[in-house]
Amino acid sequence: MTKIEEFIEETGAFDCVECGKCTSLCPVANINSDFAPRLIVVKAQEGLESEIKRDKDIWSCITCEICNDMCPYEVDFSGFIQRMRVEAVGMGNVPVCSEAGAVQTMQRITGMGQKQNRLAWLTDDLKVSDKGDVYYFTGCAYQLGILFNDKAPELKEIPANVVRIMNAAGIEPVVSNKEVCCGHDQLWSGDEVGFIDLMEQNVEMIKETGAKKVVFSCPEGFRTFNIDYQGFLGDLDFEILHISEFLMNLIDEGKLEFKETDETVTYHDSCRLGRHAGIYDTPRDLLDAMGVEFVEMASSQEKALCCGVNAFTNCNEASRQLQMMRLLEAKQTGAETMLAFCPKCVIHYNCLLSMEKMPIEREKIDIKVKDFSNFVAEHMK
Amino acid sequence: MLQRGYHQQTFHQRADTCNGRVLPRGGEILTAFEPRIVAFCCNWCSYAGADLAGVSRLQYPPSARIIKVMCSGRLEPQFILKAFELGADGVLVAGCHIGDCHYIAGNEKAKVRVEMTKELLDVLGVDSRRLRLEWISAGEGTKFADTMNNFTKELEELGPSPLKEVI
Ligand code: SF4
Ligand code: SF4
Ligand code: SF4
Repeated sequence: MTKIEEFIEETGAFDCVECGKCTSLCPVANINSDFAPRLIVVKAQEGLESEIKRDKDIWSCITCEICNDMCPYEVDFSGFIQRMRVEAVGMGNVPVCSEAGAVQTMQRITGMGQKQNRLAWLTDDLKVSDKGDVYYFTGCAYQLGILFNDKAPELKEIPANVVRIMNAAGIEPVVSNKEVCCGHDQLWSGDEVGFIDLMEQNVEMIKETGAKKVVFSCPEGFRTFNIDYQGFLGDLDFEILHISEFLMNLIDEGKLEFKETDETVTYHDSCRLGRHAGIYDTPRDLLDAMGVEFVEMASSQEKALCCGVNAFTNCNEASRQLQMMRLLEAKQTGAETMLAFCPKCVIHYNCLLSMEKMPIEREKIDIKVKDFSNFVAEHMK
Repeated sequence: MLQRGYHQQTFHQRADTCNGRVLPRGGEILTAFEPRIVAFCCNWCSYAGADLAGVSRLQYPPSARIIKVMCSGRLEPQFILKAFELGADGVLVAGCHIGDCHYIAGNEKAKVRVEMTKELLDVLGVDSRRLRLEWISAGEGTKFADTMNNFTKELEELGPSPLKEVI
Protein backbone atom coordinates (compact mmCIF):
# COMPACT_ATOMS: atom_id res chain seq x y z
CA MET A 1 0.00 0.00 0.00
CA THR A 2 1.30 3.46 -0.76
CA LYS A 3 1.21 6.15 1.87
CA ILE A 4 -1.70 7.81 0.14
CA GLU A 5 -3.71 4.58 -0.02
CA GLU A 6 -2.90 4.07 3.62
CA PHE A 7 -4.43 7.31 4.81
CA ILE A 8 -7.34 7.10 2.40
CA GLU A 9 -8.19 4.00 4.34
CA GLU A 10 -7.35 5.31 7.79
CA THR A 11 -9.42 8.46 7.42
CA GLY A 12 -12.34 6.53 6.02
CA ALA A 13 -12.16 8.42 2.74
CA PHE A 14 -12.48 5.01 1.13
CA ASP A 15 -16.06 4.78 2.37
CA CYS A 16 -17.15 7.88 0.54
CA VAL A 17 -20.22 7.06 -1.54
CA GLU A 18 -20.09 10.33 -3.42
CA CYS A 19 -23.40 11.45 -1.98
CA GLY A 20 -22.25 15.05 -2.18
CA LYS A 21 -23.54 16.09 1.23
CA CYS A 22 -20.18 17.62 2.06
CA THR A 23 -20.11 19.67 -1.10
CA SER A 24 -23.57 21.03 -0.49
CA LEU A 25 -22.72 22.13 3.07
CA CYS A 26 -19.12 23.24 2.58
CA PRO A 27 -18.85 27.00 3.06
CA VAL A 28 -16.01 27.28 0.58
CA ALA A 29 -17.91 25.35 -2.09
CA ASN A 30 -20.83 27.70 -1.51
CA ILE A 31 -18.70 30.65 -2.49
CA ASN A 32 -16.37 29.08 -5.01
CA SER A 33 -18.28 26.77 -7.34
CA ASP A 34 -15.06 25.21 -8.65
CA PHE A 35 -14.34 23.73 -5.25
CA ALA A 36 -15.89 20.43 -4.16
CA PRO A 37 -14.65 18.31 -1.28
CA ARG A 38 -16.21 15.24 -2.83
CA LEU A 39 -14.06 15.65 -5.92
CA ILE A 40 -10.87 15.82 -3.88
CA VAL A 41 -11.70 12.46 -2.33
CA VAL A 42 -12.58 10.93 -5.66
CA LYS A 43 -9.39 12.17 -7.30
CA ALA A 44 -7.27 10.82 -4.48
CA GLN A 45 -8.99 7.45 -4.66
CA GLU A 46 -8.07 7.26 -8.29
CA GLY A 47 -4.53 7.68 -7.10
CA LEU A 48 -3.57 10.30 -9.60
CA GLU A 49 -0.22 11.54 -8.47
CA SER A 50 -0.17 14.21 -11.12
CA GLU A 51 -3.44 15.50 -9.68
CA ILE A 52 -1.98 15.86 -6.21
CA LYS A 53 0.92 17.77 -7.68
CA ARG A 54 -1.32 20.31 -9.31
CA ASP A 55 -4.39 20.35 -7.10
CA LYS A 56 -4.79 23.71 -5.40
CA ASP A 57 -8.10 22.65 -3.88
CA ILE A 58 -6.45 20.90 -0.96
CA TRP A 59 -5.23 24.37 0.06
CA SER A 60 -8.59 26.06 -0.50
CA CYS A 61 -10.25 23.90 2.14
CA ILE A 62 -10.29 25.78 5.43
CA THR A 63 -10.42 22.55 7.44
CA CYS A 64 -13.49 23.79 9.29
CA GLU A 65 -14.86 20.23 9.59
CA ILE A 66 -18.42 21.11 8.68
CA CYS A 67 -18.19 18.21 6.24
CA ASN A 68 -16.79 15.79 8.85
CA ASP A 69 -19.74 16.53 11.04
CA MET A 70 -22.33 16.03 8.35
CA CYS A 71 -20.90 13.13 6.37
CA PRO A 72 -23.21 10.10 6.74
CA TYR A 73 -20.22 7.78 6.28
CA GLU A 74 -18.07 9.51 8.86
CA VAL A 75 -15.28 10.32 6.49
CA ASP A 76 -12.58 12.20 8.42
CA PHE A 77 -12.25 14.73 5.67
CA SER A 78 -10.03 17.22 7.47
CA GLY A 79 -7.71 14.42 8.58
CA PHE A 80 -7.53 13.36 4.98
CA ILE A 81 -6.74 16.90 3.85
CA GLN A 82 -4.08 17.27 6.54
CA ARG A 83 -2.26 14.23 5.25
CA MET A 84 -2.78 15.05 1.60
CA ARG A 85 -1.06 18.35 2.27
CA VAL A 86 2.02 16.64 3.61
CA GLU A 87 2.17 14.55 0.42
CA ALA A 88 1.51 17.57 -1.76
CA VAL A 89 4.31 19.61 -0.21
CA GLY A 90 6.62 16.67 -0.84
CA MET A 91 5.69 16.97 -4.51
CA GLY A 92 6.21 20.70 -4.61
CA ASN A 93 2.56 21.74 -4.33
CA VAL A 94 2.73 24.42 -1.65
CA PRO A 95 0.27 26.85 -0.07
CA VAL A 96 0.18 30.60 -0.36
CA CYS A 97 1.08 31.83 3.13
CA SER A 98 -0.25 35.02 4.70
CA GLU A 99 2.22 37.72 5.70
CA ALA A 100 4.71 36.03 3.34
CA GLY A 101 4.97 33.17 5.84
CA ALA A 102 6.02 35.24 8.86
CA VAL A 103 3.79 33.31 11.25
CA GLN A 104 5.17 29.94 10.23
CA THR A 105 8.76 31.19 10.39
CA MET A 106 8.21 32.74 13.81
CA GLN A 107 6.78 29.43 15.02
CA ARG A 108 9.65 27.39 13.59
CA ILE A 109 12.17 29.74 15.21
CA THR A 110 10.73 28.97 18.65
CA GLY A 111 12.06 25.44 18.25
CA MET A 112 15.60 26.16 17.14
CA GLY A 113 17.22 25.51 20.49
CA GLN A 114 18.10 29.07 21.55
CA LYS A 115 17.14 30.48 24.94
CA GLN A 116 13.83 32.21 24.31
CA ASN A 117 12.38 35.10 26.23
CA ARG A 118 8.96 33.55 25.99
CA LEU A 119 7.75 34.68 29.38
CA ALA A 120 8.28 38.37 28.65
CA TRP A 121 4.71 38.98 29.80
CA LEU A 122 5.35 37.59 33.26
CA THR A 123 5.13 40.48 35.73
CA ASP A 124 5.97 40.39 39.43
CA ASP A 125 2.37 40.28 40.59
CA LEU A 126 1.78 36.95 38.84
CA LYS A 127 2.49 33.72 40.67
CA VAL A 128 3.80 30.77 38.68
CA SER A 129 5.93 27.74 39.46
CA ASP A 130 8.58 25.53 37.83
CA LYS A 131 7.10 22.24 38.87
CA GLY A 132 3.58 21.28 39.79
CA ASP A 133 0.34 19.62 38.75
CA VAL A 134 -1.08 22.22 36.43
CA TYR A 135 0.85 23.32 33.37
CA TYR A 136 -0.46 26.29 31.42
CA PHE A 137 0.45 26.07 27.74
CA THR A 138 0.58 29.69 26.62
CA GLY A 139 0.99 28.99 22.92
CA CYS A 140 1.84 31.81 20.55
CA ALA A 141 -0.85 34.33 21.55
CA TYR A 142 1.73 36.78 22.89
CA GLN A 143 3.88 36.59 19.78
CA LEU A 144 0.84 36.94 17.53
CA GLY A 145 -0.17 39.99 19.52
CA ILE A 146 3.16 41.58 18.58
CA LEU A 147 3.06 40.53 14.94
CA PHE A 148 -0.53 41.69 14.55
CA ASN A 149 -0.41 44.69 16.84
CA ASP A 150 -2.33 46.70 14.27
CA LYS A 151 -5.22 44.24 14.34
CA ALA A 152 -5.40 42.54 17.71
CA PRO A 153 -2.93 43.96 20.25
CA GLU A 154 -5.05 42.55 23.09
CA LEU A 155 -3.67 39.08 22.32
CA LYS A 156 -0.51 40.06 24.16
CA GLU A 157 -2.50 40.14 27.37
CA ILE A 158 -3.85 36.59 27.19
CA PRO A 159 -1.09 34.69 29.05
CA ALA A 160 -0.91 37.18 31.92
CA ASN A 161 -4.68 37.27 32.21
CA VAL A 162 -5.01 33.50 32.29
CA VAL A 163 -2.41 33.28 35.05
CA ARG A 164 -4.23 36.07 36.88
CA ILE A 165 -7.50 34.12 36.76
CA MET A 166 -5.77 30.96 37.97
CA ASN A 167 -4.04 32.87 40.78
CA ALA A 168 -7.41 34.23 41.92
CA ALA A 169 -8.57 30.64 42.32
CA GLY A 170 -5.44 29.79 44.30
CA ILE A 171 -3.59 28.01 41.49
CA GLU A 172 0.02 28.78 40.62
CA PRO A 173 0.42 27.16 37.22
CA VAL A 174 3.68 25.97 35.75
CA VAL A 175 4.77 27.98 32.72
CA SER A 176 7.98 27.38 30.83
CA ASN A 177 10.43 29.33 28.78
CA LYS A 178 11.31 26.08 27.05
CA GLU A 179 7.85 25.73 25.59
CA VAL A 180 7.84 25.89 21.80
CA CYS A 181 5.04 26.41 19.33
CA CYS A 182 2.57 23.50 19.26
CA GLY A 183 3.15 22.93 15.55
CA HIS A 184 -0.47 23.30 14.48
CA ASP A 185 0.34 25.52 11.54
CA GLN A 186 3.28 23.36 10.51
CA LEU A 187 1.12 20.26 10.33
CA TRP A 188 -1.73 21.96 8.49
CA SER A 189 0.58 23.57 6.01
CA GLY A 190 2.25 20.28 5.19
CA ASP A 191 5.47 20.35 7.23
CA GLU A 192 5.11 17.10 9.15
CA VAL A 193 8.79 16.81 9.95
CA GLY A 194 8.94 20.27 11.49
CA PHE A 195 5.78 19.48 13.40
CA ILE A 196 7.30 16.35 14.92
CA ASP A 197 10.35 18.30 16.01
CA LEU A 198 8.20 20.82 17.91
CA MET A 199 5.99 18.11 19.35
CA GLU A 200 8.94 16.20 20.78
CA GLN A 201 10.35 19.29 22.44
CA ASN A 202 7.00 20.13 24.06
CA VAL A 203 6.24 16.65 25.34
CA GLU A 204 9.74 16.32 26.80
CA MET A 205 9.47 19.74 28.45
CA ILE A 206 6.09 18.97 30.04
CA LYS A 207 7.39 15.65 31.34
CA GLU A 208 10.18 17.50 33.13
CA THR A 209 7.69 19.70 34.98
CA GLY A 210 5.80 16.68 36.31
CA ALA A 211 2.45 18.20 35.33
CA LYS A 212 -0.65 16.04 35.42
CA LYS A 213 -2.95 18.54 33.78
CA VAL A 214 -2.11 20.72 30.82
CA VAL A 215 -4.44 23.66 30.28
CA PHE A 216 -4.80 25.50 26.98
CA SER A 217 -6.33 28.87 26.32
CA CYS A 218 -5.80 28.38 22.58
CA PRO A 219 -8.15 25.96 20.81
CA GLU A 220 -5.49 25.07 18.27
CA GLY A 221 -2.95 23.96 20.82
CA PHE A 222 -5.71 22.04 22.55
CA ARG A 223 -6.71 20.23 19.39
CA THR A 224 -3.10 19.61 18.40
CA PHE A 225 -2.17 17.93 21.68
CA ASN A 226 -5.42 16.08 21.95
CA ILE A 227 -5.72 14.71 18.47
CA ASP A 228 -2.41 15.11 16.69
CA TYR A 229 0.18 14.53 19.43
CA GLN A 230 -1.77 11.52 20.67
CA GLY A 231 -2.21 10.37 17.09
CA PHE A 232 1.55 10.25 16.69
CA LEU A 233 2.64 9.25 20.16
CA GLY A 234 -0.28 7.27 21.56
CA ASP A 235 -1.91 8.35 24.82
CA LEU A 236 -0.03 11.03 26.71
CA ASP A 237 0.25 10.63 30.45
CA PHE A 238 -1.25 13.99 31.34
CA GLU A 239 -4.77 15.31 31.08
CA ILE A 240 -5.44 17.83 28.33
CA LEU A 241 -7.94 20.52 29.27
CA HIS A 242 -9.33 23.58 27.64
CA ILE A 243 -9.42 26.68 29.81
CA SER A 244 -13.23 26.78 29.63
CA GLU A 245 -13.45 23.30 31.16
CA PHE A 246 -10.80 24.12 33.72
CA LEU A 247 -12.54 27.34 34.77
CA MET A 248 -15.95 25.70 34.98
CA ASN A 249 -14.50 23.21 37.47
CA LEU A 250 -13.15 26.09 39.54
CA ILE A 251 -16.50 27.88 39.42
CA ASP A 252 -18.31 24.73 40.48
CA GLU A 253 -15.97 24.57 43.46
CA GLY A 254 -16.89 28.17 44.23
CA LYS A 255 -13.38 29.45 43.68
CA LEU A 256 -14.09 32.22 41.21
CA GLU A 257 -16.42 35.18 41.50
CA PHE A 258 -17.42 37.79 39.00
CA LYS A 259 -18.47 41.40 38.92
CA GLU A 260 -21.99 42.28 37.98
CA THR A 261 -22.39 43.41 34.41
CA ASP A 262 -25.08 44.37 31.94
CA GLU A 263 -23.04 43.59 28.85
CA THR A 264 -24.51 41.50 26.06
CA VAL A 265 -22.22 39.18 24.14
CA THR A 266 -22.39 36.53 21.48
CA TYR A 267 -19.98 33.64 21.15
CA HIS A 268 -18.16 32.33 18.08
CA ASP A 269 -17.44 28.59 18.16
CA SER A 270 -13.93 28.42 16.73
CA CYS A 271 -13.69 25.32 14.57
CA ARG A 272 -10.74 23.85 16.50
CA LEU A 273 -12.66 24.02 19.76
CA GLY A 274 -16.13 23.24 18.47
CA ARG A 275 -16.25 20.76 15.64
CA HIS A 276 -12.68 19.51 16.07
CA ALA A 277 -12.83 18.95 19.81
CA GLY A 278 -16.55 18.89 20.53
CA ILE A 279 -16.49 21.65 23.16
CA TYR A 280 -19.69 23.63 22.83
CA ASP A 281 -21.20 23.81 26.30
CA THR A 282 -18.49 24.97 28.68
CA PRO A 283 -17.95 28.38 27.04
CA ARG A 284 -21.69 29.00 27.26
CA ASP A 285 -21.85 27.75 30.85
CA LEU A 286 -19.00 30.09 31.65
CA LEU A 287 -20.90 33.10 30.34
CA ASP A 288 -23.92 31.99 32.29
CA ALA A 289 -21.90 31.67 35.50
CA MET A 290 -20.47 35.14 34.88
CA GLY A 291 -23.97 36.56 34.66
CA VAL A 292 -23.34 37.96 31.21
CA GLU A 293 -26.29 38.35 28.89
CA PHE A 294 -25.68 35.89 26.05
CA VAL A 295 -27.32 35.76 22.63
CA GLU A 296 -26.79 32.97 20.14
CA MET A 297 -26.04 33.64 16.48
CA ALA A 298 -28.14 32.22 13.67
CA SER A 299 -25.60 29.49 13.04
CA SER A 300 -23.87 28.15 16.09
CA GLN A 301 -22.24 25.09 17.59
CA GLU A 302 -21.89 22.32 14.93
CA LYS A 303 -23.18 24.73 12.32
CA ALA A 304 -21.06 27.70 13.28
CA LEU A 305 -19.56 29.65 10.39
CA CYS A 306 -15.80 29.95 10.11
CA CYS A 307 -13.25 32.76 10.16
CA GLY A 308 -12.13 31.67 6.72
CA VAL A 309 -8.42 31.04 7.17
CA ASN A 310 -6.50 28.06 8.46
CA ALA A 311 -2.85 27.89 9.47
CA PHE A 312 -2.34 31.35 7.94
CA THR A 313 -2.54 29.95 4.44
CA ASN A 314 -4.71 30.83 1.48
CA CYS A 315 -6.40 33.92 2.74
CA ASN A 316 -8.45 35.05 -0.23
CA GLU A 317 -11.79 36.37 -1.42
CA ALA A 318 -13.63 33.40 0.06
CA SER A 319 -12.04 34.14 3.44
CA ARG A 320 -13.30 37.72 3.27
CA GLN A 321 -16.79 36.55 2.40
CA LEU A 322 -16.85 34.07 5.26
CA GLN A 323 -15.64 36.65 7.73
CA MET A 324 -18.28 39.04 6.51
CA MET A 325 -21.04 36.45 6.78
CA ARG A 326 -20.05 35.66 10.34
CA LEU A 327 -19.84 39.29 11.42
CA LEU A 328 -23.23 39.96 9.84
CA GLU A 329 -24.71 37.24 12.01
CA ALA A 330 -22.94 38.54 15.06
CA LYS A 331 -24.13 42.08 14.48
CA GLN A 332 -27.69 40.90 13.95
CA THR A 333 -27.83 39.46 17.45
CA GLY A 334 -27.64 43.00 18.81
CA ALA A 335 -24.74 42.05 21.09
CA GLU A 336 -21.98 44.55 21.76
CA THR A 337 -19.19 42.01 21.54
CA MET A 338 -18.41 38.73 19.87
CA LEU A 339 -16.15 36.52 21.94
CA ALA A 340 -13.86 33.81 20.62
CA PHE A 341 -11.22 31.66 22.24
CA CYS A 342 -9.00 31.33 19.20
CA PRO A 343 -6.47 34.17 18.88
CA LYS A 344 -6.40 33.65 15.15
CA CYS A 345 -10.15 34.07 14.80
CA VAL A 346 -9.75 37.37 16.66
CA ILE A 347 -7.02 38.42 14.22
CA HIS A 348 -8.88 37.42 11.07
CA TYR A 349 -12.15 39.10 12.02
CA ASN A 350 -10.38 42.24 13.12
CA CYS A 351 -8.47 42.17 9.87
CA LEU A 352 -11.71 42.58 7.95
CA LEU A 353 -12.92 45.20 10.41
CA SER A 354 -9.71 47.20 9.99
CA MET A 355 -10.10 47.50 6.23
CA GLU A 356 -10.66 51.00 4.97
CA LYS A 357 -12.86 49.89 2.12
CA MET A 358 -15.31 47.18 2.91
CA PRO A 359 -17.43 44.99 0.68
CA ILE A 360 -20.44 46.02 2.79
CA GLU A 361 -21.60 49.06 4.80
CA ARG A 362 -19.58 49.18 7.96
CA GLU A 363 -22.58 49.57 10.29
CA LYS A 364 -23.80 46.12 9.28
CA ILE A 365 -20.79 44.30 10.63
CA ASP A 366 -18.97 46.53 13.07
CA ILE A 367 -19.02 44.60 16.29
CA LYS A 368 -16.21 44.30 18.80
CA VAL A 369 -14.40 40.98 18.46
CA LYS A 370 -12.58 40.02 21.63
CA ASP A 371 -10.65 37.23 23.19
CA PHE A 372 -12.67 35.18 25.66
CA SER A 373 -9.95 34.70 28.29
CA ASN A 374 -9.27 38.43 28.41
CA PHE A 375 -12.98 39.01 28.81
CA VAL A 376 -13.16 36.61 31.75
CA ALA A 377 -10.22 38.31 33.45
CA GLU A 378 -11.81 41.74 33.04
CA HIS A 379 -14.97 40.52 34.76
CA MET A 380 -13.33 38.92 37.76
CA LYS A 381 -14.04 40.32 41.18
CA MET B 1 -6.46 6.24 18.38
CA LEU B 2 -4.35 5.78 15.30
CA GLN B 3 -0.63 5.80 15.65
CA ARG B 4 0.77 7.39 12.57
CA GLY B 5 4.08 6.33 11.07
CA TYR B 6 6.47 8.01 13.40
CA HIS B 7 10.23 8.12 13.55
CA GLN B 8 12.03 9.92 16.29
CA GLN B 9 14.21 12.75 15.09
CA THR B 10 17.72 13.27 16.22
CA PHE B 11 18.20 16.81 14.97
CA HIS B 12 15.98 19.78 14.33
CA GLN B 13 14.59 19.63 10.87
CA ARG B 14 12.17 22.00 9.30
CA ALA B 15 10.69 22.75 5.93
CA ASP B 16 9.46 26.08 4.76
CA THR B 17 6.25 25.02 3.12
CA CYS B 18 5.51 28.59 2.19
CA ASN B 19 8.09 28.35 -0.54
CA GLY B 20 8.50 24.61 -0.65
CA ARG B 21 12.05 24.47 0.55
CA VAL B 22 13.56 22.06 3.00
CA LEU B 23 15.69 24.18 5.25
CA PRO B 24 19.30 23.19 5.67
CA ARG B 25 20.14 22.09 9.14
CA GLY B 26 23.23 20.92 10.86
CA GLY B 27 26.12 22.63 12.46
CA GLU B 28 28.25 25.31 11.03
CA ILE B 29 31.94 25.12 11.61
CA LEU B 30 33.24 28.43 12.73
CA THR B 31 36.91 29.15 12.84
CA ALA B 32 37.15 32.89 13.11
CA PHE B 33 33.81 34.56 13.69
CA GLU B 34 32.91 36.91 10.89
CA PRO B 35 29.41 38.26 11.43
CA ARG B 36 27.18 37.72 8.46
CA ILE B 37 24.96 40.67 7.77
CA VAL B 38 22.00 40.83 5.45
CA ALA B 39 21.44 44.44 4.44
CA PHE B 40 18.15 45.43 2.84
CA CYS B 41 18.74 48.71 1.03
CA CYS B 42 16.15 50.81 -0.72
CA ASN B 43 16.68 51.44 -4.40
CA TRP B 44 16.55 55.22 -4.31
CA CYS B 45 18.77 56.22 -1.40
CA SER B 46 20.59 53.55 0.55
CA TYR B 47 21.50 51.28 -2.33
CA ALA B 48 22.98 54.29 -4.09
CA GLY B 49 24.73 55.14 -0.82
CA ALA B 50 26.24 51.65 -0.74
CA ASP B 51 27.27 52.12 -4.35
CA LEU B 52 28.97 55.36 -3.53
CA ALA B 53 30.81 53.68 -0.68
CA GLY B 54 32.00 51.16 -3.23
CA VAL B 55 33.15 53.58 -5.90
CA SER B 56 34.79 55.76 -3.26
CA ARG B 57 36.72 52.64 -2.17
CA LEU B 58 35.64 53.01 1.44
CA GLN B 59 36.50 49.93 3.48
CA TYR B 60 33.80 47.84 5.10
CA PRO B 61 33.68 44.10 5.92
CA PRO B 62 32.99 41.86 2.95
CA SER B 63 30.66 39.62 4.94
CA ALA B 64 27.60 41.75 4.23
CA ARG B 65 25.08 40.66 1.62
CA ILE B 66 23.18 43.57 0.17
CA ILE B 67 19.65 42.99 -1.06
CA LYS B 68 18.03 45.77 -3.02
CA VAL B 69 14.37 46.48 -2.32
CA MET B 70 12.42 49.19 -4.13
CA CYS B 71 11.50 50.87 -0.86
CA SER B 72 12.25 50.20 2.78
CA GLY B 73 8.46 50.08 3.14
CA ARG B 74 8.51 46.93 1.00
CA LEU B 75 10.25 45.16 3.79
CA GLU B 76 8.10 42.63 5.57
CA PRO B 77 8.83 41.22 9.02
CA GLN B 78 9.14 37.87 7.26
CA PHE B 79 12.23 39.01 5.33
CA ILE B 80 13.95 39.71 8.61
CA LEU B 81 12.77 36.57 10.37
CA LYS B 82 13.78 34.48 7.40
CA ALA B 83 17.25 35.98 7.27
CA PHE B 84 17.77 35.03 10.91
CA GLU B 85 16.30 31.60 10.40
CA LEU B 86 18.78 30.97 7.61
CA GLY B 87 21.73 31.98 9.75
CA ALA B 88 22.23 35.74 9.55
CA ASP B 89 24.02 37.24 12.56
CA GLY B 90 22.59 40.67 11.91
CA VAL B 91 20.08 42.38 9.63
CA LEU B 92 20.34 45.96 8.48
CA VAL B 93 17.38 47.82 7.06
CA ALA B 94 18.37 51.01 5.28
CA GLY B 95 16.12 53.57 3.65
CA CYS B 96 15.84 57.21 2.69
CA HIS B 97 15.75 59.80 5.44
CA ILE B 98 12.29 60.57 6.81
CA GLY B 99 10.66 63.05 4.44
CA ASP B 100 12.81 61.92 1.49
CA CYS B 101 11.05 58.64 0.67
CA HIS B 102 10.56 58.21 -3.06
CA TYR B 103 7.10 56.83 -2.28
CA ILE B 104 6.27 59.55 0.23
CA ALA B 105 6.08 57.56 3.47
CA GLY B 106 7.37 54.03 2.91
CA ASN B 107 10.18 54.59 5.38
CA GLU B 108 7.71 55.51 8.11
CA LYS B 109 6.07 52.13 7.58
CA ALA B 110 9.47 50.48 7.72
CA LYS B 111 10.14 52.16 11.05
CA VAL B 112 6.95 50.78 12.60
CA ARG B 113 7.62 47.32 11.24
CA VAL B 114 11.21 47.21 12.36
CA GLU B 115 10.23 48.27 15.88
CA MET B 116 7.59 45.57 16.01
CA THR B 117 10.00 42.97 14.67
CA LYS B 118 12.57 43.98 17.28
CA GLU B 119 10.05 43.29 20.02
CA LEU B 120 9.27 39.91 18.49
CA LEU B 121 12.94 38.99 18.09
CA ASP B 122 13.57 39.63 21.78
CA VAL B 123 10.74 37.30 22.73
CA LEU B 124 12.10 34.67 20.36
CA GLY B 125 15.48 34.90 22.03
CA VAL B 126 17.29 36.76 19.27
CA ASP B 127 18.80 39.95 20.71
CA SER B 128 17.04 42.86 19.03
CA ARG B 129 20.34 44.70 18.68
CA ARG B 130 20.96 42.29 15.82
CA LEU B 131 18.41 44.25 13.82
CA ARG B 132 19.26 47.80 12.82
CA LEU B 133 17.42 50.53 11.01
CA GLU B 134 19.39 53.38 9.41
CA TRP B 135 18.53 56.25 7.11
CA ILE B 136 21.24 56.58 4.48
CA SER B 137 20.93 58.90 1.52
CA ALA B 138 22.49 58.45 -1.91
CA GLY B 139 25.23 60.91 -1.00
CA GLU B 140 26.13 59.28 2.29
CA GLY B 141 28.65 56.69 1.16
CA THR B 142 30.68 57.32 4.29
CA LYS B 143 27.68 56.81 6.51
CA PHE B 144 27.02 53.49 4.81
CA ALA B 145 30.58 52.27 5.36
CA ASP B 146 30.59 53.54 8.96
CA THR B 147 27.28 51.84 9.69
CA MET B 148 28.62 48.55 8.38
CA ASN B 149 31.81 48.84 10.37
CA ASN B 150 30.02 49.73 13.63
CA PHE B 151 27.39 47.09 13.16
CA THR B 152 30.02 44.43 12.48
CA LYS B 153 31.86 45.44 15.61
CA GLU B 154 28.73 45.26 17.72
CA LEU B 155 27.87 41.85 16.28
CA GLU B 156 31.38 40.60 17.01
CA GLU B 157 30.74 41.49 20.64
CA LEU B 158 27.34 39.79 20.62
CA GLY B 159 28.83 36.63 19.08
CA PRO B 160 27.21 34.27 16.58
CA SER B 161 23.44 34.22 16.30
CA PRO B 162 21.86 31.83 18.82
CA LEU B 163 19.88 30.30 15.97
CA LYS B 164 23.07 28.81 14.56
CA GLU B 165 24.31 25.50 15.79
CA VAL B 166 27.98 26.08 16.15
CA ILE B 167 30.28 23.08 16.17
S1 SF4 C 1 -20.54 13.56 2.62
FE1 SF4 C 1 -19.07 11.91 3.01
S2 SF4 C 1 -19.82 10.17 1.74
FE2 SF4 C 1 -20.86 12.05 1.02
S3 SF4 C 1 -19.53 12.74 -0.69
FE3 SF4 C 1 -18.84 13.84 1.14
S4 SF4 C 1 -17.19 12.56 1.97
FE4 SF4 C 1 -18.30 11.31 0.50
S1 SF4 D 1 -13.32 21.13 6.03
FE1 SF4 D 1 -14.74 22.85 5.67
S2 SF4 D 1 -13.84 23.94 3.92
FE2 SF4 D 1 -12.88 21.93 3.96
S3 SF4 D 1 -14.13 20.70 2.58
FE3 SF4 D 1 -14.93 20.39 4.66
S4 SF4 D 1 -16.59 21.87 4.86
FE4 SF4 D 1 -15.33 22.49 3.09
S1 SF4 E 1 -7.69 37.52 7.40
FE1 SF4 E 1 -6.13 39.12 7.55
S2 SF4 E 1 -4.85 38.46 9.23
FE2 SF4 E 1 -6.01 36.69 8.58
S3 SF4 E 1 -4.70 35.63 7.11
FE3 SF4 E 1 -6.03 37.01 5.96
S4 SF4 E 1 -4.86 38.88 5.72
FE4 SF4 E 1 -3.90 37.71 7.35
